[in-house]
Amino acid sequence: MTALVDRLLAGEHRALARVISKIEDRAEGYRDIVAALHEHTGDADVIGITGSPGAGKSTLVDKMAAAYRERGLSVGVIAIDPSSPYSGGAVLGDRIRMGSTVGDMDVFVRSMSARGSLGGLSTATTDAVRALDAFGKDKVIIETVGAGQNEVDIVRTADTVAVLVPPASGDDVQMLKAGILEIADVFAVNKADLDGADRTVQQLREMLREATVPTGHHGVDVLDGDSENDREEAENWEPPIVETVANRGEGVAEFLDALADHAAYLDRSGEREAVERQRYAEEIRTLLRTDLQDALDAEIQRRGGIDELARRVAARETDPYTVADELLAPIESCLDEESATR
Amino acid sequence: MSADTQQRTIRCLVAKVGLDGHDRGAHVISRALRDAGFEVIYSGLHRSPEEIVQAAVQEDVDVLGISILSGAHNTLVPKVVDGLREYGAFKDTLLLVGGIIPEEDEADLREMGVAEVFGPGTSTDEMVGFIRENVPER
Repeated sequence: MTALVDRLLAGEHRALARVISKIEDRAEGYRDIVAALHEHTGDADVIGITGSPGAGKSTLVDKMAAAYRERGLSVGVIAIDPSSPYSGGAVLGDRIRMGSTVGDMDVFVRSMSARGSLGGLSTATTDAVRALDAFGKDKVIIETVGAGQNEVDIVRTADTVAVLVPPASGDDVQMLKAGILEIADVFAVNKADLDGADRTVQQLREMLREATVPTGHHGVDVLDGDSENDREEAENWEPPIVETVANRGEGVAEFLDALADHAAYLDRSGEREAVERQRYAEEIRTLLRTDLQDALDAEIQRRGGIDELARRVAARETDPYTVADELLAPIESCLDEESATR
Repeated sequence: MSADTQQRTIRCLVAKVGLDGHDRGAHVISRALRDAGFEVIYSGLHRSPEEIVQAAVQEDVDVLGISILSGAHNTLVPKVVDGLREYGAFKDTLLLVGGIIPEEDEADLREMGVAEVFGPGTSTDEMVGFIRENVPER
């Protein structure tokens, strides 16, 4: 197991690929691997790209990777596709659009699917990013379809989040209202050569104004004209809107500049550390929740399974609260003992 | 203590190599493998052996299925095999070839390390069964 970690740290592509497989499979020992990798992380700039299907995410990611490579930076990409809820299988097609960097092993593209357990995917993504970071990638790009809470959760693990919007589609702008507006650090109106791009930019600008003025955390001060006080407060990031035509590579440089601006803002404002701590806090909670859940599932199994417990509740032999208390009692008494001896 | 449930999923790369635009078969195979519960990465058309190797190594696929109907299998397959060897990915990747392969070439391909050659008329069930039985232990 440590041999695999050593080979990854030594820059062996196959070892990196295998570590990500183990993370995805929850294979035995993957936790030790991720634990060993953690101290080697923290250097990569993590960028999340999301947007509706067909917005041009894969194409843009491909051009981004090529541009970063031209600057001498190494790139890791995690492309996430949905899996079938029926068979669990998936066709992962993002790779097809990534043709600009073929044959260049310093662009490491990995396709991942949801594999049924959606909560697990964000954990797996975080760990896969860690593997790429420890491997020494300068830029790590996470690409997800921007629909649903899970996708939002995943993309939020990035330092900088870009939301792609195709033009002339009121529906897409509508979609943005459902929670994705808040997570965008940069907007890209892709396919900007199509009709309606200007209108989309305008609509976005409008929505951003609506979103920032009344709800900004010191919006009241602004209204009071207390600008002196306002200026002293930490600067706020206002998401820029960049127009791109990804398949022709237009606007990609400007888009990367916008991402870099956001990264600089994170450093300048101290946001980066704050966000990082928040992220780790969330990760610890998630891990504990799933671990505890697993431990409890095992305990439930020992007591005849959840169906049996439910049957007893239905037969009025017991009630849900008593069952929960009984299941938790051994864990609580353990914790009490622990804290008593400390 | 960790009761993580392992969930090993078979990953496959379906690849079209070289100047061969016939991808109906590759599409049918991709869907069949998906419906069998596998994760399938489809390469798209006209890929070079290097691209296929890169994808197979990075995606850490269990199965690499190459579809060739152009007759160039004797030059393309060895290049893929060499590339896989170079990155230490040859021995734990199940290598399959499908398409139009003359019978007299099959033995050579097997010699190179191709596990099975599936010609026209192969049922998808047969292929899925073969993969399930022969997927490399890891």
